Amino acid sequence: MASPAAFTLETKALGVVLGGRPVLEGINFYWDGATRIAVLGANGAGKTVLLRALHGLVEPTTGSILWNGSPDRAPPQAMVFQRPVLLRRSAAANVEYALAVGGVARAERRTRARAALAGVGLADIAGRPARVMSGGEQQRVALARAWATEPRVLFLDEPTSSLDPAAASEVERVMGGIHGAGTALLFSTHHLGFARRAADEVLFIHAGRVTERTPADRFFDAPRSAQAAQFLEGELP
Amino acid sequence: MFDIAESFRIALRLVLSGDPELGHIVWLTLRVSIASAIIACAVALPIGAWVAVSRFRGRHAVVVAMNALLGLPSVVVGLVFYVLLSRAGPLGTFGILFTPRAIIVAQAFLVMPLVAALTRQFVEDAWLEYRDQLRSLGVTTRRAVPTLLWDVRLSLITVALAGLGRAASEVGAVMIVGGNVDGVTRVMTTAIALETSKGDLPLALALGLILLALVLALNAAAYALREWSARHG
Repeated sequence: MASPAAFTLETKALGVVLGGRPVLEGINFYWDGATRIAVLGANGAGKTVLLRALHGLVEPTTGSILWNGSPDRAPPQAMVFQRPVLLRRSAAANVEYALAVGGVARAERRTRARAALAGVGLADIAGRPARVMSGGEQQRVALARAWATEPRVLFLDEPTSSLDPAAASEVERVMGGIHGAGTALLFSTHHLGFARRAADEVLFIHAGRVTERTPADRFFDAPRSAQAAQFLEGELP
Repeated sequence: MFDIAESFRIALRLVLSGDPELGHIVWLTLRVSIASAIIACAVALPIGAWVAVSRFRGRHAVVVAMNALLGLPSVVVGLVFYVLLSRAGPLGTFGILFTPRAIIVAQAFLVMPLVAALTRQFVEDAWLEYRDQLRSLGVTTRRAVPTLLWDVRLSLITVALAGLGRAASEVGAVMIVGGNVDGVTRVMTTAIALETSKGDLPLALALGLILLALVLALNAAAYALREWSARHG
């Protein structure tokens, strides 16, 4: 599938305390981007904070996050949030804004924005105000915006959680395209079917700690940790 | 005693007949109010936005001070500018006391706190919503300011209209630094004050009607904009 993205990400005893409450504790994690990782866990387990910490939006309280062996050699990366945050301008202008911030020349922005929006199936309505689009369309604009910046790594925080099944499967298709183009994916989700299809490995978090990391094809049938087994039992019908 | 109904009739006739004296006063009021609102916005919009997105020591004190400035007594502002602009004052060399320019300066100063405080509120609300996304894109604080100002632009038009309304209805400072000179610095509010004290109620009422209509129109415009923006994102 994807060409191996040349980077390594390593966390050593990563811990995050927010508002006096430990949210993540002792996370040791190594990833070279070759596998697509789904972060699973109950609400409040720390999935979102883990993604935000890896992406650099939350400062680690303890431990370290090393990209290519250094705290400040992070590769180009992007994040898609649970609820897309779009600027009050057209979908195309939203993508072009991200490219402008990234230092892309004006002439190139338009073509790249158009290509990214075509990639998520929104070429026809690229000129429409982004904020009045449907939830699914907004999430696809957010994906196009992330994609256009050509990140090595893409974090997605529950990208399908607020979408109906059709919109969710569209997001899943787009994620496949982004991965196929050589971007490493790490996402959190509550949709187990989605995780099973879209991930190679599952990172299971319980109460701020990683209890297991298992290939996706094994995790859903035979989780190794008791917490994950309990979680799957509760979640699956 | 005066006849209220008769006064209203004369006032309406003045308005409808396009009385030149009345016209001049209205035109001057609009000119100085728009100019001062523009100056106030040029200064206060970036300040308000910058305070909204910056985190520095003493920021809370700055926010409290900005809100406190909303209650700035306009007569005191007028007095301060009178002292500054008078011949012997530090800004006396400009020679603008008792000219429309002095009114513009004083009004702009009075409108700035209003624009800055409202802008800070709107931009800060947007910043809370956008912060993570903008930081994820690699947007610096310096770049976030124009981005956020542009994104809340419809709210800011409401802010500018509120500033214009405050400028047009201002009387204390304008009376002091403008001097209410007939044909030169006589604006609607000072004219109303003067005509009322002289007992020329029809002219005062005519001006009052126009001022009310102006403020109403500004508020209607602000309301229409909010409605429009709610539909168009």
